[in-house]
Amino acid sequence: MRANDPKKVSGELFTLTYGSLVAQLLKDYENVDDVNRQLERMGYNIGMRLIEDFLARANPGRCYDLRDTADKIQQAFKLYLGVSPSIGSWSPGGDEFSVVMETNPMAEFVELPEHCLGLRYSNILTGVIRGACEMVQLEVMAWFIADQLKGDNMTEIRVKFVKRLEDAIPAGED
Amino acid sequence: MTKDEEAKLMYGMIFSMKSFVTKVSPVDLREGYMSYATNKYCLNLYETPSKLKFVLNTDTHAQGIKELLHQLYTQVYVEYVVFNPLCPLNKPIESELFATKLDEVVKQSPAYASRPA
Repeated sequence: MRANDPKKVSGELFTLTYGSLVAQLLKDYENVDDVNRQLERMGYNIGMRLIEDFLARANPGRCYDLRDTADKIQQAFKLYLGVSPSIGSWSPGGDEFSVVMETNPMAEFVELPEHCLGLRYSNILTGVIRGACEMVQLEVMAWFIADQLKGDNMTEIRVKFVKRLEDAIPAGED
Repeated sequence: MTKDEEAKLMYGMIFSMKSFVTKVSPVDLREGYMSYATNKYCLNLYETPSKLKFVLNTDTHAQGIKELLHQLYTQVYVEYVVFNPLCPLNKPIESELFATKLDEVVKQSPAYASRPA
């Protein structure tokens, strides 16, 4: 997914690979809640590494507030998924916002069958956001509130700031 | 002194110096780059927003260390550790490929080439 890079893969291949991953998880867990949880966990692990690549390539500097952070998330969606989501629906306290995608490249060829209506197909994204933010000392929660696969007219991820993680001294050293 | 002890001492010193510096400094340390020099050597620190610290001790004349540290992060650490699923991120790096590439990049840097004979 990187521009001018021999390691670049086609977006379709990526979408299809992700689809077969989700399908396999559904087969293995037989329960959509477990699949949702598993996808989030995988995303979390990806996010923890992806953030380093993002920092190395975009060299964004530190964020001063959550609006900064939202901008960076928007930038990362552009960089890694090739879509430009819009940021909006700020909560009055400024600690919560939405990432809204007009199209979701991960769900391009997908139609949810009747028995999987509880499946949050792209749940890996919420995990990526959580994992990536945690590495830059931000604890956030992220979840889907609208999904085109479920008939909504856009895909919307809600992100909520929880707390700042402090630069802690490892236990037993002072 | 073992490597382990040295690492702990280094961590302790940087931690305390950094907290001192951030408390007395009027400017923000946004870039994450710090260094100090004594008569004998120069300690360079680059800290990424994810709080990874890259430390390099050089002689006092070395130039371009800031760029070198950044390069080590983007071209060596990210490429060969972060992208290597078999490298756990919270353990000492054991990858040989990492060590080889690290060596390569350092040897290519202008600071290495211009070292006093």
